[in-house]
Amino acid sequence: MSKTYYLTTPLSDEDVKQLRSGDIVYLSGVLYTARDAAHKRLVELIEKGEKLPFDLEGSVIYFVGPTPPKPGDPIGSAGPTTSYRMDSYSPTMLQHGSKAMIGKGKRNQEVKEACKKFGGVYFGATGGAGALLGKKIVSSKVVAYPELGPEAVRKIEVKDFPVTVINDTEGNDLYQMGRAQYEQ
Amino acid sequence: MREIAFDTVVKAVRDIIMHSGTDLPKDAYEALQKAYEQEKSPVSKEVLKQLLDNADIAKDEQRPLCQDTGLAVFFVKVGEEVKVTGGLLKDAINKGTELGYQDGYLRASTCEPFSRANLKDTVGYNLPAIIHFDLVAGDKIEIEYAAKGGGSENVSRARVFPPAAGKEGVIEYVKEVISDAGPNPCPPLTVGVGIGGTFEKAAISSKHALFREIGSVNEDAEMAELETTIKDELNKLGIGAMGMGGTQTVLAVHIEANPCHIASLPVSVNVQCHSSRHTHITL
Repeated sequence: MSKTYYLTTPLSDEDVKQLRSGDIVYLSGVLYTARDAAHKRLVELIEKGEKLPFDLEGSVIYFVGPTPPKPGDPIGSAGPTTSYRMDSYSPTMLQHGSKAMIGKGKRNQEVKEACKKFGGVYFGATGGAGALLGKKIVSSKVVAYPELGPEAVRKIEVKDFPVTVINDTEGNDLYQMGRAQYEQ
Repeated sequence: MREIAFDTVVKAVRDIIMHSGTDLPKDAYEALQKAYEQEKSPVSKEVLKQLLDNADIAKDEQRPLCQDTGLAVFFVKVGEEVKVTGGLLKDAINKGTELGYQDGYLRASTCEPFSRANLKDTVGYNLPAIIHFDLVAGDKIEIEYAAKGGGSENVSRARVFPPAAGKEGVIEYVKEVISDAGPNPCPPLTVGVGIGGTFEKAAISSKHALFREIGSVNEDAEMAELETTIKDELNKLGIGAMGMGGTQTVLAVHIEANPCHIASLPVSVNVQCHSSRHTHITL
């Protein structure tokens, strides 16, 4: 039976290990945004042993490229992008201390294995609910790669940001479980 | 020859783009409501609830429905007895696109294919638009518009079958495309299927099929029946809203069929996410 958790970032090993595919989690605290272009640069820095623009330990990475904010708003609409484009980078991020990713859509076997091996989870947020999710973001600041525009790395602060556990630390996959239940 | 001013076209295009970014059309909203009522999975039902809430927030607060505000795609029917004065029709549509995306705080998502450099400061903000022109009788310009997101476009496919594949081949192919796509294109989906024509005609028809009103019935009885058959098959896949598992994977299947070569049966499947932002105007 699915459980509901309220967690604050950065996430600890204990925070993450208790979660199971299908659980609902409301996240508060800091998330870092990154899409493919930013991931490529971050992983290059890790491989060269150079310092990253933010601390990976316990971090939650949100795969998003928001719309520009309207005057007075911290950010525009900000729902998840499709995650498979980050599959080749995510294991390295998890290996170096990141604890969770937020996106939408399937991950490959390497990412699922990395979640088991390094103790990380993959959360799904509702794709196409950009207006609703954008309102859960209380502040936003570009911390790296401003030239990437919507793909820049942002430090965003969220309050009760709703996500569902897709892949947990035991190798479960909600997409496979959910579909198997309703397939005719 | 009737005349329409360049700026009239620019303003009309700007306005429909801004409106489409924030206001989910009635047909799409009602289709989501119906899916919400019929969905058997509690997890998918919750997702559908979020999508309806999201549409309400977007409309009330004039925020983009989704951060992927798409590439701007147009099907334009130009009457042979009308002309645009003060500039080219194509330029007017592109200018209206740029203004609509900028003024609506929508995202600029066009880029170079390999360097991935965003084109907003070089070619223009979310330019170029994708425009398909057709010449028709009369003195009107009919503009159909949709904002097409990347996630659903990425799972779309086309293939030219041998004629022997027949209807069964088409049904199996569409099932394969949607099954492989799973959660990635943001279901519940509208599925555009272009059948016949040539390779590119099938693809363009599958795109245009997505502009049709969700819930409308195909005028061709044979295609209407095939649409129902495919929709039922797709909803048996169990993918559900955002792939969480469920009974409501597809809101509608729309087919556009064309005559084709005696040697070929082209089929194209263009996938539309639940945020079906489409509209049309006549000038």
